[in-house]
Amino acid sequence: MSEAAPQVAAGLSAQPVQQVKPVAEEGYRTVGDFTAAKPVMQARGVDVFYGDNHAIQKVNLDIGLNEVIALIGPSGCGKSTFIRCLNRMNDTIESARFTGDITLDGENIYARQMDVVMLRARVGMVFQKPNPFPKSVYDNVAYGPRIHGLARDRAELDRIVETSLERAGLWNEVKDRLEEPGTGLSGGQQQRLCIARTIAVNPEVILMDEPCSALDPIATARIEDLIDELKQNYAIVIVTHSMQQAARVSQRTAYFHLGKLIEVGDTDEIFTNPRHKLTEDYITGRFG
Amino acid sequence: MSSTPRTSVKEAVARGIRRRYAQESVFRALGLGALLIGLGFLAFFFYTLIANGYTALAQTRLRLDVALDATVIDPTGSRDPAVLEGADYQKLVRDALGARFPEVTARGDLRALFALVSPGAGLEIRRLVVADPRAIGTTRSVWVLADDDVDVLVKGHVSRDLPEVDRRITDRQLEWLSRLESEGRVALRFNRYFFLSGDSRDPELAGIWSATVGSFYMLLVTLVLSFPLGVATAIYLEEFAPRNRWTDLIEVNINNLAAVPSIVFGLLGLAVFINEFGLPRSAPLVGGLVLCLMTLPVIIIASRAALTAVPPSIREAALGVGASKMQMVLHHVLPLALPGMLTGTIIGMARALGESAPLLMIGMVAFIVDTPETPLDPATALPVQVYLWADSPERAFVERTSAAIIVLLVFLLMMNAAAILLRKRFERRY
Repeated sequence: MSEAAPQVAAGLSAQPVQQVKPVAEEGYRTVGDFTAAKPVMQARGVDVFYGDNHAIQKVNLDIGLNEVIALIGPSGCGKSTFIRCLNRMNDTIESARFTGDITLDGENIYARQMDVVMLRARVGMVFQKPNPFPKSVYDNVAYGPRIHGLARDRAELDRIVETSLERAGLWNEVKDRLEEPGTGLSGGQQQRLCIARTIAVNPEVILMDEPCSALDPIATARIEDLIDELKQNYAIVIVTHSMQQAARVSQRTAYFHLGKLIEVGDTDEIFTNPRHKLTEDYITGRFG
Repeated sequence: MSSTPRTSVKEAVARGIRRRYAQESVFRALGLGALLIGLGFLAFFFYTLIANGYTALAQTRLRLDVALDATVIDPTGSRDPAVLEGADYQKLVRDALGARFPEVTARGDLRALFALVSPGAGLEIRRLVVADPRAIGTTRSVWVLADDDVDVLVKGHVSRDLPEVDRRITDRQLEWLSRLESEGRVALRFNRYFFLSGDSRDPELAGIWSATVGSFYMLLVTLVLSFPLGVATAIYLEEFAPRNRWTDLIEVNINNLAAVPSIVFGLLGLAVFINEFGLPRSAPLVGGLVLCLMTLPVIIIASRAALTAVPPSIREAALGVGASKMQMVLHHVLPLALPGMLTGTIIGMARALGESAPLLMIGMVAFIVDTPETPLDPATALPVQVYLWADSPERAFVERTSAAIIVLLVFLLMMNAAAILLRKRFERRY
């Protein structure tokens, strides 16, 4: 590894980076085009360390509006770490250290003036295991709008809850049981509730960390349909272990391997004509 | 080829399997045995407590025909409540006894006769007169308190067949008592004084009320101080404080504090609260402060455990929709951790309720008759009352000691039951 000093320590960059240049590759080069047509978030030279463990190395990647980008790769390759950098969820891990630049609409999200609470309202997240609050269905969805003051009165809050649940495809199933605990729903419903909770805040980007890994195939299919609809309005990043899922829902795919971003490209390209040997081995099932 | 190793596996397992099951049954038998021994001790403990203590619920009374002489009660005829309260009712009781046994005239004999009734026997008459002043001038049949020596004799704790020198009741007194008994003037009645009065030198007048109130004030002070402090400390340490050498040091010290002998906290209370801050001695306030120091580590440790038990997924969910750390803690983590915190607090409080050693150091061991009205009045506490009574020579205090222990245990059981109920009631699945 080179001795190149981390250009930007976490949270210390003084100015939002306007011109983002690809960082000179350090020992490896990402195959394919990591830029997006309508970039919302741009990651440049992202390194993350957990203590001494170099979890991801010099990753450059764009997240584009109206598209789903799937992050694939074997376990421990850094895809979850990367997605958790995008809303600074890694801040909660004490040993995690971040260097590099990630911008959201041109603003550096690791800059001092970027408020984490604000960032997480703009970049929502859906987690691997459905994690509704142990509160009512209504309160689950209304929580975000409430704390951010998005609704002026109860009627508006009701409307936000209804539209969020509708867009998450859950309204018809729960409209008569809004006061029942969200934890009482089935696994798939819980995950859609979590998605409703995320979109109730109306974020720009939705991060999904293996959202279907705890669900059965039918619930998975519903979530995938939902993701497809949601991309009309949002930029979506999805981490998945299922290559079929990546192929079904995403427009672009990024393949991570041992903390490195090996290959990025259109999903069709990657799955039909992978250019890197590792990508090919992974998607053809030779390992992983 | 392949059949050989398979058979050997079978043989090897067969060789060891009996021993494995034998070990398991030995372990089970040991566990069951330990449990039975423990239960046996517990049963014995409760048996002796109840067997010793239940007689304290009743108290021997003597029925006397008391002439409510107006010249003794209210010589001026003012019927002023203050006069009625302060009259010499004990004299009326003595007169009634003297009237019952007119043949007793010698001064020494009279003293022995009057020793049959309690020094507080007049209290019953006072109650009657204050409640109904029109009774003055009439003669009423009143059940007055018997002396504790009579009481233990009537209850059979002291045998009547003992030689006279071994009894506190003389043969003459015994004879008078027998005559009263034969007239149906001796009976066991419910012991109101035990529950409603404070400590007394006379066992028949001694009760647990003032000690109970003292314990209540003390626990109130402890709860009001230690619950918010303990929970806030736990939240800060668990959710906000950085993990470094300092917080490690604090954590180690909190754990150490939980193991410090309670009498040391008493010494600290004496040195700091009484000598340095000049707070009154024997006051429940100081007792509460000392017990607060003692329960704080328990509450902090229990609260931290409750906070750690809240799954990280809930925290992530809250942070993920943009809640600040404070919102995450207050809206999501705290409600889930609260049952555990309350349980820890109640168990800490139960421990504080049963604590006596630190209270000895801050003067709550004093003989206090009056019921404290504020946490600043001198008071004693239930366990200290038990200690004081256990130390008293009178035979009648034995049953009161056991009865006070039963009351203390009932309070402890109630608190632990409340802890279990709270946990069951508020525990939420996630």
